[in-house]
Amino acid sequence: MVEVQDYYYPLKPTWCPGCGNFGIWNAFKSALANQNIEPHEVLVVSGIGCGSKLPDYTRVNSLMTLHGRSLAVATGAQLSNHDLKIILAHGDGDGYSMGGNHLIHACRRNIDVVDIYQNNKIYGLTKGQYSPTSDKGFVTKTTLAGSIEKSVNPIALALAAGATFVSRGFAGELEHLIWLIEEALKHRGYSMIDVFQPCVTFNKVNTYQFYNKRVYKLQEENEYDSSDLGAAFAKSQEWGDRIPIGIFYQKKGEPTYQEHLPVLENKSLVKHGLRDSVPEEIKNEFM
Amino acid sequence: MSELTLIIGGNAGQGLESSGAGFCKALNRGGLHVFSVQDNRSRIRGGHNFYLIKTSTEPIVSWTEPVHLLIALTAETVDIHLGKIVPGGAVVYDPSLEIDEDRIKDREAIPIPLPLYDIAGEAGGSKMMANTAALGAVAGLTNFPIKHLLSVIEDNFRKKGDKVININKKVAESAHDHAASKFGDSFKFNMEQQNGAQRMVMNGNEAISLGALVAGCNFVSAYPMTPGSSIFEWLNKHADEYGIVSKQAEDEIAAVCMSVGAAHVGARALVPTSGGGFSLMVEALGLAGMLEEPIVIVLAQRPGPSTSLATRTEQADLLYAINASQGEFPRIVIAPGTIEECYECGGRALNLAEKYQTPVILMTDQFLATSNRTLDKNNIDLGAIKIDRGALLTDDDLDKIDGEYKRYKFTENGISPRALPGHQNAIFKTTSDEHNELGEIVEAADNRIRMNTKRMKKLETALADMNPPKTHGLEDADITFVCWGSTLAPLTEAMNRLNNETSNTANIIQFIDLFPMPVEKVMPVLKNRKRLITVEGNYTAQLGSLLQMTTGVKIEEHILKFDGRPFSPEYILEHLKKLEKRGRNG
Repeated sequence: MVEVQDYYYPLKPTWCPGCGNFGIWNAFKSALANQNIEPHEVLVVSGIGCGSKLPDYTRVNSLMTLHGRSLAVATGAQLSNHDLKIILAHGDGDGYSMGGNHLIHACRRNIDVVDIYQNNKIYGLTKGQYSPTSDKGFVTKTTLAGSIEKSVNPIALALAAGATFVSRGFAGELEHLIWLIEEALKHRGYSMIDVFQPCVTFNKVNTYQFYNKRVYKLQEENEYDSSDLGAAFAKSQEWGDRIPIGIFYQKKGEPTYQEHLPVLENKSLVKHGLRDSVPEEIKNEFM
Repeated sequence: MSELTLIIGGNAGQGLESSGAGFCKALNRGGLHVFSVQDNRSRIRGGHNFYLIKTSTEPIVSWTEPVHLLIALTAETVDIHLGKIVPGGAVVYDPSLEIDEDRIKDREAIPIPLPLYDIAGEAGGSKMMANTAALGAVAGLTNFPIKHLLSVIEDNFRKKGDKVININKKVAESAHDHAASKFGDSFKFNMEQQNGAQRMVMNGNEAISLGALVAGCNFVSAYPMTPGSSIFEWLNKHADEYGIVSKQAEDEIAAVCMSVGAAHVGARALVPTSGGGFSLMVEALGLAGMLEEPIVIVLAQRPGPSTSLATRTEQADLLYAINASQGEFPRIVIAPGTIEECYECGGRALNLAEKYQTPVILMTDQFLATSNRTLDKNNIDLGAIKIDRGALLTDDDLDKIDGEYKRYKFTENGISPRALPGHQNAIFKTTSDEHNELGEIVEAADNRIRMNTKRMKKLETALADMNPPKTHGLEDADITFVCWGSTLAPLTEAMNRLNNETSNTANIIQFIDLFPMPVEKVMPVLKNRKRLITVEGNYTAQLGSLLQMTTGVKIEEHILKFDGRPFSPEYILEHLKKLEKRGRNG
């Protein structure tokens, strides 16, 4: 049995005390242990930002890449070795701003990765500029009169792009988040988890209290059917006094990208080894 | 010896590229040598395009400008190319183009009005098959056996079914008979079959692709961009057969990032692109340098900056490729000049990348990428490329590992033994932040100095694998041309002509290995030359700058070209005269 302790790494996080990333980090480790996944089987691909430092503090294989590009790097890694459990950890600036285009394409490809967005609705590491998920009217040092832009709706975006697992968690709801990550780990195909991650230093609006008052769990609603894309779209628009968390949408059984490739039918690419020769007949093509 | 240059010109969308390539293959099957130039405009339909084929019974050094046979599918083709037609040459055109015959006769050439569209129509084909009719006519005019053309038609249209094959064959045959009976006697240049040859016809991109395939390339990611795309298409075509993951990305940033992820877990990854795409890749180029991931970028140059002449050729990205990205990290830049060298470099690039755990940039240009040339079958040795995975740790190595695995272990030569993720004895971190041997983010100054020095040390270590430039011609000559990449072919022809006129006039130094520059191997080749002239397809003589920067040798004279068209021997000789005139006038 894998224990949470197996994921212990002797480096202390540099996050601010009270940062939402602690909750996400703990849930991440617990979910992996609960699913009996060993640290060496995991490759965490992250970008740049506070949340992207998660793998530095965890005993896993890690690939900390460029701002916004982690999904593209993860796609290459996943298609080359699908025996690894590939998990992404990156923030809203990284994932929804710089990485927005890659998100769309990862969704429609159904790349088999778990994609965790540490969404604090602010730029933390660059010290407090607005992010693509900052609400309209949100005041920061680069939106002195309040943000003019509508915020990105990651749930609706992923649904529109064809994602097969679209969910939202909250760093303050640890047990729920562990469950969510486990469900994402079990899902075959692209799994998005947008996680509300309070930034205690720069976001004084979207705090723990803000979310505690508002979030409710979709899966506790008797009527909610997460296989219904229309219902998921409707729920994705809900924002205000009540904010849903949980699995908005899941489509099971859709083949992942790599399952379409004959080359990867029996084993992952790197398990094939490199071809040792090319037959002379290939020259006929040029004759 | 008999040789002939033909041009088939017309609008984009008239199938010139596939006709041209197909005819090269037909000529090869007839035992003839070919050397082609593809000239396209950047559009799907319309605008003048042409395909030039030089063919000969003897090996061909380079394409040359004089044209013997001009096949005009548009009137514009005649306007553009008539000036290059040789006396006794011919212009084939459909009478509907209403070409003024006297213009052709003024050039002592033969007007050959051939109803290509009618011939195609009567044989049951469409107007689109005028190009097939044109090729049939070429065979008829030059006494070239039609059977080779018919066999290529069979191969190329196999997927479209028998009906399409048969119509095309009928069109070709009918045009052949028509041209041979009416004009065969008046056109004197022939392309008679030669027997017994075992040659291939291949362009630069195909040769690179084949080299990469033989060297175990199993991951290719790209965003389509001329003239890099055909490498992606070729490997994609062979993906299932040879076990390649081929992924078209949403942009070049994603393409190169995918290669970094693929390389990280152990794939042999290659990314073909051109200058604009390479520009988008630059941040991830640095990432690969920092993470020490082996990736190969094939940079098939075209004119820049920005979109410029999108389908044409230039050599203006050399210093950019060597310097692109913030910060400093080791990279290797190589640039083949011949088809054989493209093959070798395609394989070598993958080996160098993995041996030095760093990005390798393989540079070509549109001219070399698309130019079809015949080469002896044995010139491509499938056994010659041996896969070298460098300091890659196997599962057996990792089973026996004692203590903590250090991905970025400090070593004498800068190369750290490399594990792939997935083994329980080697859980490891990699990060684009500066890091310690364990891959943990560390900002300490002393670690930065050691780790950066370790990475840069690989540049020194790699010098062992960097070859001196090749030399062509006799050792002692009045003029030594210095070149890189595609320029070699026309420059060699220019050199031969100079030496035929007066022996020992010229020789050539050709650089393939450009970075890191193996100065100690280069100096003996460069020194004691009477007169050095760089010949390059750019405005600023970038190879000259690179040599001055790395060797201190300053080359004062340059023959440059940046009009998007390839060098020809004639251009080089003409500009050599201009240099000499300028020299005499002080």
